[in-house]
Amino acid sequence: MSQRKIRVLIAKPGLDGHDRGAKVVARALRDAGMEVIYTGLRQTPEMVAEAALQEDVDVVGLSILSGAHMALVPRILDRLRAQGQENVKVFVGGIIPDEDIPRLLEMGVMGVYGPGTLTEQIIKDILAAVGRVDQHLQP
Amino acid sequence: MSFSLAESVLQGNRLALARLLTHVENGTPEGLEALNQLFPFTGKAHLIGVTGAPGTGKSSLVNQLVYALRHPEEGQKPSQVAVVAVDPSSPFSGGAILGDRVRMRDLAGDAGVFIRSTASRGALGGLAASTANLVQVFDAAGFEMIFIETVGAGQAEVEIARLAHTVIVVEAPGLGDEIQAIKAGILEIADIIVLNKADRPLADNAERALRMMLEMAVNREKSPSEDGKLIQGWTPLLLRTIATEGKGVREVCQAIQEHRCYLQSSGEWERREQVRLQAELENRLQAALMKRLKEAIPAETYRNILNEMVLRRLSPYQALEILLDGVKQ
Ligand code: B12
Ligand SMILES: Nc1nc2c(ncn2[C@@H]2O[C@H](COP(=O)(O)OP(=O)(O)OP(=O)(O)O)[C@@H](O)[C@H]2O)c(=O)[nH]1
Ligand SMILES: [Mg+2]
Repeated sequence: MSQRKIRVLIAKPGLDGHDRGAKVVARALRDAGMEVIYTGLRQTPEMVAEAALQEDVDVVGLSILSGAHMALVPRILDRLRAQGQENVKVFVGGIIPDEDIPRLLEMGVMGVYGPGTLTEQIIKDILAAVGRVDQHLQP
Repeated sequence: MSFSLAESVLQGNRLALARLLTHVENGTPEGLEALNQLFPFTGKAHLIGVTGAPGTGKSSLVNQLVYALRHPEEGQKPSQVAVVAVDPSSPFSGGAILGDRVRMRDLAGDAGVFIRSTASRGALGGLAASTANLVQVFDAAGFEMIFIETVGAGQAEVEIARLAHTVIVVEAPGLGDEIQAIKAGILEIADIIVLNKADRPLADNAERALRMMLEMAVNREKSPSEDGKLIQGWTPLLLRTIATEGKGVREVCQAIQEHRCYLQSSGEWERREQVRLQAELENRLQAALMKRLKEAIPAETYRNILNEMVLRRLSPYQALEILLDGVKQ
């Protein structure tokens, strides 16, 4: 019963104000039993990494609809690695052109999700990434 | 590589601190062991509780208070500050959205600050079961001031009064203040009352109502101590702030310092410490005895006795006697 809760940081790096997707995902993850730390808008890569450290999260979810993902994501990944959090699973969602997806995955991102993604899919992939396949939607 | 988690935390390793907080929150054996190791290093921090109804501006105020403490006036040394923010867990999924950080962005990038968000995980009373232990870890890690933001519940938050040295109750205009203050028994636990959102209409009305409550409480505060001497009690301070603009924040910092001086010069600091440790000991004792007792009673017996109660053949007191007699032999 007292299995370790999955802790997820949902962050919006960059300067755009599109926060619906981030909030939808945060709520879905909460309803799947996860503890979701929401940081709000306009986070720098440094702020995201620092929050990930202080909160000791298992997963970092980045919501980026500004087009700046190729600049932001590598900086966040570098920071996480530099501070010893290479095991944290990073997911990216938002408006990401198809041709960028393989490059993000190569950098070490676990999954990339665009408009219309079912939150069910996101939950499933996060549970798989942290090795909790059986826990799916268990009350 | 041979340092224990606790040792790394004492050396100021932030990643180790973050990991240990997770262990402690989850009550793992590693976490418990580290708590034992760290306990001798605790007891130094000033614990400041921040409580009040949802949305009154607790997080915004903590953001400002911590920022001010990190940027003191010329010649003063900034304190190392930790924040433990508790938000409610969903009773349906067990998950939670922890959003207090959203309001604390001014504290990002400051190595003298550490913020940890936690879910209440089913505990009532505004804190999580692990909150006191998380605070101990921060205390041992050398954080001099630790802010504890409770779940925004606004009623009967006695737990924070037991944990913190200084309790700040955050009110805001237009929440049906008079009734709220009475219902919550807020004056029983508040050392400092902050009327936040003073930019809002009706702030004057709210202040008047709170001030009246305070006046009525002043007499009661001056109660005789055990040896019969009249101790000069602390009268809760009422201060106005606009947390979003940083207005009135220095005054609240000052009030926190004043309260600390009062606690230390009156002996109240030690007394609270003792009350807190005693409460903790009793809680743990209760839990441990309960566990031991339950282990000693066969599940079958327990079920049967419960069943007899349901059938009204045994009263709860009779059931208790049978269970305790069974354990004694
Ligand atoms: C609603 C909207 C707005 C609203 C935003 C309201 C808000 N608070 O969010 C408003 C009107 C404010 C707005 C403004 C602008 N917008 Co706009 N907006 C949209 C629109 C129509 C829908 C976005 C949305 O909310 N979708 C609903 C949510 C639920 O979907 P989602 O965010 O995609 O999230 C899903 C997935 O992406 C994924 N996901 C998202 N985040 C995450 C995170 C993780 C961890 C995971 C796993 C998954 C995940 O899962 C979600 C669920 O399926 C999109 C077009 C579109 N169809 O996407 C344009 C769009 C995003 N906007 C765009 C633009 C350009 C702007 C403006 C700059 C327009 C302008 N010139 O003023 C401004 C910028 C304002 C600002 N300050 O940033 C462009 C972005 C272009 C780009 N990046 O190349 C888009 C794509 C429109 C377009 N085709 O040009 N916008
Ligand atoms: N007008 C005004 N708004 C404020 C003030 N302080 C905070 N707010 C706003 O009030 C809302 C709630 O603030 P928070 O700091 O999140 O309040 P909280 O008490 O921590 O909320 P919970 O943790 O959810 O209970 C936010 O939109 C703040 O911007 C203030 O002094 N004046
Ligand atoms: Mg808050």
